[in-house]
Amino acid sequence: MGGKEDPTANGSPKSESMAGKKASPPDLLSSISLKSLKLKTKQQELLLRVSILGLVYVLAFIARLFSVLRYESMIHEFDPYFNYRTTLFLTEKGFYEFWNWFDSESWYPLGRIIGGTLYPGLMVTAALIYWTLRFLRFFVHIREVCVLTAPFFASNTTLVAYFFGKEIWDTGAGLVAAALIAICPGYISRSVAGSYDNEAVAIFALLLTFYLFVKAVKTGSLSWALASAFGYFYMVSAWGGYVFIINLIPLYVLVLLITARYSLRLYVAYNCMYILGMLLAMQIRFVGFQHVQSGEHMGAMGVFLLMQVFYFLDWVKHQLNDTKLFQTFLRITVTSAILVGGIALGVGTASGYISPWTGRFYSLLDPTYAKDHIPIIASVSEHQPTAWSSFMFDYHILLFLFPAGLYFCFKRLSDATIFIVMYGLTSLYFAGVMVRLILVATPAVCLISAIAVSATVKNLTSLLRTKQKVPQTGSTKGAGSSKSSSKVTLDQSQPFQKNGAIALLVGVFYLLSRYAIHCTWVTSEAYSSPSIVLAARGAHGNRIIFDDYREAYYWLRQNTPTDAKVMSWWDYGYQITAMGNRTVIVDNNTWNNTHIATVGRAMSSYEDEAYDIMRSLDVNYVLVVFGGVTGYSSDDINKFLWMVRIGGGVYPVIKEPDYLVNGEFRVDKGASPKMLNCLMYKLCYYRFGELVTEYGKPTGYDRARGVEIGNKDIKLEHLEEAYTTSNWIVRIYRVKPPTNRL
Amino acid sequence: MAARIWIFAVIVALSLSFSSAQDLQIINAERRIDLSSHIVKAFLTLKVENIGKEPATDMLLAFPPTQIKHLSMVQALAITGKKKKKNYLPLDVKPTEQQPDAPNDNGYFLVSFATPLNPGETVTLEILYILTHSLEPFPAEIAQSEAQLVYYRDSAVILSPYHIKQQTSFFKTPSTRVESFTSVDPANRAGKEIKYGPYEDRTPYSYAPVIVHFENNSPFAVVEELVREIEISHWGSIQVTENYRLTHGGARHKGVFSRVDYQSRRSISGSSSFNALLAVLPPRVNSVYYRDDIGNISTSHLRTGFKKSELEFEPRYPLFGGWRATFIIGYRVPLEDYLFEAPDGRRYLNFTFGCPLVETIVNKLTLKVVLPEGSKDSSAVLPFTVNQDLQVKYSYLDIVGRTVVVLQKDNVVPTHNVPFQVYYTFKPIYMLAEPFMLVSAFFFVFVASLAYVHIDLNIVKN
Repeated sequence: MGGKEDPTANGSPKSESMAGKKASPPDLLSSISLKSLKLKTKQQELLLRVSILGLVYVLAFIARLFSVLRYESMIHEFDPYFNYRTTLFLTEKGFYEFWNWFDSESWYPLGRIIGGTLYPGLMVTAALIYWTLRFLRFFVHIREVCVLTAPFFASNTTLVAYFFGKEIWDTGAGLVAAALIAICPGYISRSVAGSYDNEAVAIFALLLTFYLFVKAVKTGSLSWALASAFGYFYMVSAWGGYVFIINLIPLYVLVLLITARYSLRLYVAYNCMYILGMLLAMQIRFVGFQHVQSGEHMGAMGVFLLMQVFYFLDWVKHQLNDTKLFQTFLRITVTSAILVGGIALGVGTASGYISPWTGRFYSLLDPTYAKDHIPIIASVSEHQPTAWSSFMFDYHILLFLFPAGLYFCFKRLSDATIFIVMYGLTSLYFAGVMVRLILVATPAVCLISAIAVSATVKNLTSLLRTKQKVPQTGSTKGAGSSKSSSKVTLDQSQPFQKNGAIALLVGVFYLLSRYAIHCTWVTSEAYSSPSIVLAARGAHGNRIIFDDYREAYYWLRQNTPTDAKVMSWWDYGYQITAMGNRTVIVDNNTWNNTHIATVGRAMSSYEDEAYDIMRSLDVNYVLVVFGGVTGYSSDDINKFLWMVRIGGGVYPVIKEPDYLVNGEFRVDKGASPKMLNCLMYKLCYYRFGELVTEYGKPTGYDRARGVEIGNKDIKLEHLEEAYTTSNWIVRIYRVKPPTNRL
Repeated sequence: MAARIWIFAVIVALSLSFSSAQDLQIINAERRIDLSSHIVKAFLTLKVENIGKEPATDMLLAFPPTQIKHLSMVQALAITGKKKKKNYLPLDVKPTEQQPDAPNDNGYFLVSFATPLNPGETVTLEILYILTHSLEPFPAEIAQSEAQLVYYRDSAVILSPYHIKQQTSFFKTPSTRVESFTSVDPANRAGKEIKYGPYEDRTPYSYAPVIVHFENNSPFAVVEELVREIEISHWGSIQVTENYRLTHGGARHKGVFSRVDYQSRRSISGSSSFNALLAVLPPRVNSVYYRDDIGNISTSHLRTGFKKSELEFEPRYPLFGGWRATFIIGYRVPLEDYLFEAPDGRRYLNFTFGCPLVETIVNKLTLKVVLPEGSKDSSAVLPFTVNQDLQVKYSYLDIVGRTVVVLQKDNVVPTHNVPFQVYYTFKPIYMLAEPFMLVSAFFFVFVASLAYVHIDLNIVKN
C-alpha cells in the first residue's frame, strides 16, 4: 500500500489506507475528529476499515478505466471478441440456444460446437449482470456490461484478497493485500476495461475458491467446504486454469499429511470440496468427465483415496491400541493401497480410459516442451517464458517483498500460511514458464508481500509506541500488544532503535509510494491499449490513430456477400467473425492443428498451389496484415515463420530452410526465391514497390523491417486486390473464380 | 387513411366539375432541369391564361409514369407584381387522381390558385419539382479508373393536360462531357447546357422522349434508411440519435480496388467515389458522437456556429458504387431552443424534419419523437403528409414507458428539411418520479442494512 500516489484521482484512497494501517496507534487527526463523534475504539476501527476497503474497491475499478479514457469503451484484443460475440448471442437468443449453438461461421467447413467447447462462466456472468440491470430499468448496452465486467470483478477480487489476508495473517495484512492487488500491474494487464476475457472473472473465482477452502480447513465446517466447492464450480465454468486448483489443493493436502498436520477438519474440507466440486464441474460440457478420466485430474483423486486410507488407519490405530500390530497392518495396507492404485492407473491408462497428460500440461512443467513438439502453442507470444524484466514490470517492489513475506509466513507457520506459501511458490514457477501465468501468481505475491509490509510496519510502529510510553488504549490486536511488550526488553539494549524504526518506516512508505506511481504509469502507458486501434505520436507531438483493423472488418461486413469465407492467419479469426460478421477458415480457438497447418501451407506456397488449397476450402477472400507502410511490427510477415513451421509440422513439403538464407529471415533482395514468391509475400507486397514510404528512401521501402523489398514486380494471377486500408495495415484480396477451360 | 383518400377524391371531383382541363392554356413555358447532382431539380415557369368562361380555381400538373414514382416533391409559387417588386406567393399543391381522358398512367398534381383566375386573365407560376433515382448509370458497372456516365430520360416537350403555345427546355449537365442526347429539332448544346426548343403550339399530352447520356461524378449518396430518434428530457436537453444506412447509388464498382492508385492518382482514380460527408446540425449542439456497430470512428470534425453547426465526417472507407456503410450520429441540443409552450398550455417541440446530410436522398425516413414519460395527447403538425404512428419505448428508470410519435416518409430530399411540431401535454410533477425512485431505493438499502445490523437472527444465543 503506497503512502502517497501521484496527486490524481487515486490519491485519497492511498492516504486513507495508510492511516488504516496505523490503526493500532490512534492517529492524532482521526482520533480528534472521531472522538467528537463519540465512537468507541472498536467502532472507529470498523469505520476506518470499511471506508478503506470501500476506497480500495473504487480505486481498483477506476484504475482500470484508463483504456476507456484514452481510447473508447470497446472490446480489446483477440479472444475477448469471441466472448463478446457469444455473450451477444446469449442475451439475444437465450441460454438454451446458446448451449446448443453450432457455429457455422468459424472453422469452415468444419464448424464449431460453441456450447460444448467453451467455458461459459464469463458469458453467463455478463448476461446475468445485463439482465439484472435491465430488470432494474437500466437500459445499458451489452457492450458496456462486457467492457466493465473485468474492472468490476477486479474490485471484487480486492474484497476477497482482504478476507484472505485476514484469514492467513490479520486485518492489517488483509487491507494491505487488498490495496496491493487493486493496482498490481500483473493483474491489471488482464483486467482493464474492455479486456473481456475469461481471466477477468477467473482470478476472482480462483482466489475465492482458495480463500473458502482455507477457511474450510481452518474451521472444519461443512458449509465453508460447500461454499468452496461452489467457488470451484464457478472457476471451472470460467477458465481452463481450474486445473491449477485441482492440482494445488491436493498437493497442499498431501503436504499437510506429510508434515503431520492431518486433522478431521482437513478431512471434512477436502472430501466435501473434492466430491461436490467434481460433480458440479461435470455439469460444464467442455469439462465433462475429465475429472475421472484425464491424467491431469488423477492427482486429486489419488489424494482423495489417500485421505480415506489415512482416516481408516487412524480408526484402526484407535481400535487396536497396539503399536506393533498397527505397524504391520500399516505396512500391508499402504503397500496394497499403492499397488491397487498403481494397477488401476496403469490399466486405466493402457485401456485409454484415462487420457494421458496433454501437451499444454507438459509445456507447463517443461518450458522447452512446446518449442519442440507443439509450435502452435509456442507461436503465441504470451506463452513465451517470462523475462526478468517483465517480472520487475509487473511486480515492482513485490518482487523484494515476496521473500520477506515468505520469511514471516515460515515464522508463524499455520495451515493457512502453508497454503499461501505453496500457492506462491508453485504459481511463481508457472509464471516463470509462461508470461501469461504471471496473472495466476499475482494474488499470491500480493498476499505474501502484504504480510511482509503489514508485519514490518506493525513491528516498527509498536516499537515506536513502547518507547514513547503512549497509553495502550488504541491497540486493537492482542498479538500486537504482546509483541510490543516483548520489544520493551530489546529497546533498553539498543538506543538507536527508535531512529532506526523511523527511518525504516519512511523507507517502507517511500517504496510503497514508488509502487503506486509505477502501477499507475504502467497501467496508463502499457496495459490500456486495445490493440485494435493503434496510436502513435505524430511529428508535431499530436496523436495519430490507426484504425485500420476496424476499417477492414467493417468493409468486409458491409461490402462482401454474407456467405463469403475469409482466409487469414488464425490470430484474426475471432475479430473477423465478431466485427466483420463473415465466416472464417481458422480462428483463435486453435482446436484443429491440421486445419491451421493447411492455412499455413497455403500462405507459404506459390500462388497456383495456394489457389488449389483455397479452392478446396471455398475461400472467397484472403486477409493479410501488413505493417510495411506504418512500421507496425506485429504483422503477418513477422509471423510468417510460424506459419511455415506449423504448416511444415503437418505437411512436410513445406520446409523452413527454404524460406531462410543462411538461417536468416529476409525480405530484401537477398531473400530466398521461395520466400519472394510465396503467397504471403506476394499479398503483403503487391504493388508496394510503387510506393514511397519514407522520404529519402527508395520505393518499396519496408518500414517495419527497415529494408527495401526484394520483389517489386509482383503479378497476381488468381487473386485480385479487393480492399486495402488507408494505412495499408490490412489488405484483403478476392479469390477469382477459375477461368473457363476451353 | 382510406377515409382521407375518399375525402380527397370527393374534393377533386368537385373541383374538376368546376374547371375543365380545356379552359386553361399555357402561353409560355420554360423548363430548366438541373442534372448536376443525383437529385434532379426541375424549375418550371408557366404563364397560364384562362380562356374559358368561368373563373378557374386550380390547374393540373402532369408527370409521366416513369417520373411519378421518383417524384419527391412539388412546390408551386405564383408571381405577382412587376419585375422590381416581384412577390412570390406559395400555392397549395396536392396529388390528385388519374384524369379520365388522359392517355396513360400519368400522375397528376393539383395547384390551387390563390385567387380564382377570371376569364381572360393570366398568371405566372413557378413550379419546382424534385426527382430522385432518375439518373441511370450506364455502363452499370465501372472500374476504379473510369468516370461515371448516366442516362437521364425525359421528354423534350412538357407533358401537360393543357395546350402550350410556346415552350423551351434546358438541361444542365455537371460537365461538358455529354456522350449523346436525343435530338428533337430544334435542339442544341452549348457548354454544359442542352436546349430543346422553342416549340410552338403543342397539343395536350404531347410527349417526345429524349435520353441524355452524360458524365456525372457527383457523390450519389443515398441513405437507404434513416431512423432519427429525438428524445426529449425535461431536465434540459434533447438527445438526437440518427441511424444511417448509407450506400453509393451510382454505377457499381467492378474489379479491383487499388490503394496505390486511389491515394496517388486521385484525379483519375475513383472519381465517382466519395469519402467526405457533411451534416448540418443545429447550433449549440454538444456531445456529438459518430460511431458504428463496432465502435467509434475517429475521422470527423465539428464546427459550431450561431446559425448552424457543421459536422464533417468520413465513413471508415471511401464509398464506391454499390458499397455500403452504416453509422450512427448522435448529439444533444439545449431544450430551451426547441421546446415551447403553446398558448393553450400544451407544450410543443419545434424541430427540423428531413436528413441533416447535404445532397442526399433518403429512401425511407423514420422520425421518432420520444416524449417524456407521462406525456399525453400527442399530435404532430407537418407541412406535408407523412405516415404517423404511436409507439411506447422504455428507457432508464421507466415504468409505464414513453410515448413515441413515429413519423415515416419515403423519398426524402434536403428540401424536406423544414420545421415540424409535435404537441403534447405534460405535468411537471412527473419529472420528479425518477429522482424519487432513486432516493427511495437508496433509502431502502440503508434501512435494510440498519435493520440487518440491529436484528439478531441467531437461533441460539451466543
